[in-house]
Amino acid sequence: MSVTLNLPTVLAKLAGGQRSLEAEGATVGDLVSDVAARFPELAPRLRGSDGSPYPYVTFYLNDDDIRLSGGFGAPVRDGDEVIIVPAIAGG
Amino acid sequence: MAATTARTTATTSSAALGEDDELPALSNAEILRYSRHLILPDVGLGGQRRLKAARVLLVGAGGLGSPLALYLAAAGVGQLGLVDFDVVDVTNLHRQVLHGTRDVGRPKLESARDRIADVNPHVELTTYETRLTSANALEIVGDYDLVVDGTDNFPTRYLVNDACVLLGKPNVYGSIFRFEGQASVFATEEGPCYRCLFPEPPPAGLVPSCAEGGVLGVLPGLVGTIQATEAVKLILGAGDPLVGRLLLIDALRMQFRTVKVRKNPACPACGTREIRELIDYEQFCGVGAEPEGAALAELTPAELAARQARGDDLDLIDVREPHEWEIARIPGARLVPLATVPEAMSTIDSGRDAVVYCKGGTRSARAVRQLQAAGFRRVWNLAGGITRWSDEVDPTVPKY
Repeated sequence: MSVTLNLPTVLAKLAGGQRSLEAEGATVGDLVSDVAARFPELAPRLRGSDGSPYPYVTFYLNDDDIRLSGGFGAPVRDGDEVIIVPAIAGG
Repeated sequence: MAATTARTTATTSSAALGEDDELPALSNAEILRYSRHLILPDVGLGGQRRLKAARVLLVGAGGLGSPLALYLAAAGVGQLGLVDFDVVDVTNLHRQVLHGTRDVGRPKLESARDRIADVNPHVELTTYETRLTSANALEIVGDYDLVVDGTDNFPTRYLVNDACVLLGKPNVYGSIFRFEGQASVFATEEGPCYRCLFPEPPPAGLVPSCAEGGVLGVLPGLVGTIQATEAVKLILGAGDPLVGRLLLIDALRMQFRTVKVRKNPACPACGTREIRELIDYEQFCGVGAEPEGAALAELTPAELAARQARGDDLDLIDVREPHEWEIARIPGARLVPLATVPEAMSTIDSGRDAVVYCKGGTRSARAVRQLQAAGFRRVWNLAGGITRWSDEVDPTVPKY
C-alpha cells in the first residue's frame, strides 16, 4: 500500500530535503519503518529506540491523531495521507 | 510579582463576559473609534460592549505577543494583562513590532505600555513584570476571561495549559518555528487541551529555540493575528473557533490546513483530571537538569585569546551551521557543524587541546559532551560562544 507521508521542514532535511515521501506498509508503524530504513538520520526523530511513537511528535492519518486509533498499529489504505507534526515552542 | 495597572480612560469596567445589560456602555468617542465594528453584523454594539468588558491575559510580549497586543488593543478589548520580564534587544526588532529601535534596552512592558496607550487609550493595561511560574500563575490567570499563549518555551506552555484547565479559562495557543506555525484553542469546557495534542515535551535541547534555529520575521505576525482573531471570536461568541482543530501554517509553501485534536480521556489535565495543582514545569521539561557524565570543562574568551596569543597549539572547532560561519567566525577556527561531529572525530587529535564553540555555548556544550563520551579528554567549551568573544575580545566580529 502506498501512502504519502508529509514532513515539516525541520525534518525534511533529514529526508534528503523531501517534504513528501511515498511509503509502503499496512500500518502507520510499517510506513515509519519503511521511511526509517531509507533515511536512517530521520528514524530517531520519528520513533524511540523501542520503536514506539514519541509523546511530542503527533502523527495524523487523514487528519486524525493516531493515538486514539491504535497508534503505530493504525491500519492504512492505499492513497491515505499521514502528516507528522512535532511540538514547537517558539513565540 | 509587580503588577502595574494604567487607567488610560475615564470609563473602566470590571464586568465579566455576561448578559448585555451587565455590559459597559460605550462613550461617544468609543462609538466613533469602533464604527467599522459597530456596523459589522456579527459584532455590532453588543459585541463591542462584550469586547470592552473582556479581560484577556497575554503571556509574552515578544513575536506573537506583539501583533496580539496591538490588535486586541485596537479592537477594543477593555482589559489587557501582559506578562513579560525581558528587555528589548535589537535582535527582537525584525519581528517584535510592539517595540522600536529607540526602545532597545528598555523593559518590554514599558515600550508595550507606550505603544498600547497610543494605539488605544481606552484600554486598561495591567503589566506583570515577572516570569509566569507555578507560584503566581493561578493568581494572575484567575483575573482574566481568557489567556493567549505567546510564550517561547515548553515549560511555560505546559504551565499556561494546566493553569487554564484548572481554572476553566480558554487558552488561545500559537507557536512558531522557522517558517512554520501552529494555532489552536485549548481548554474550553468541551474541547481538548495542549496535553491532548502533545502529552509530554521533547527532551530539553532537541528542538532549537528561535534564537538558535531562526524564525521568519513576518511569521509571528501571521500566527499572532490568527490568535488575536480567535480571541476576538471567543469574546464575541462568533463563528467557529479552533476548538478541537490544530491549524498548521506553512509560510514557505503558503499552505494552511487543519487537523483534528480530540479530547484524550486519559489526559491527566483535562481527561482524568489527576493534575489538581501546578507542578514544577522546568523539571517536567527537563530544563536545568544536570547532564550526565563528566563535568564540562570551559574556557572563557579571554583565556582562549591569551592561549592563542601565546601560540599554544589548539584545535579550534566551530560547530555552528555554514550560514552562520559565513556571518562571523573566530580566526583560526575550522567548521564542523554539530550534526557532523561524530563523523569528524577521526580528524580530531586526542593528544591536542581542542576548544569548541558555537553562537552562545549551548550547541558546543553538546559537542563537548559527545567528544567526552567518545573518550576525548582535552576538550573545552568556549563559554558564551562567539557572541561573548565579540563582547570581550574582538568587537569587530559581528554579533547576530
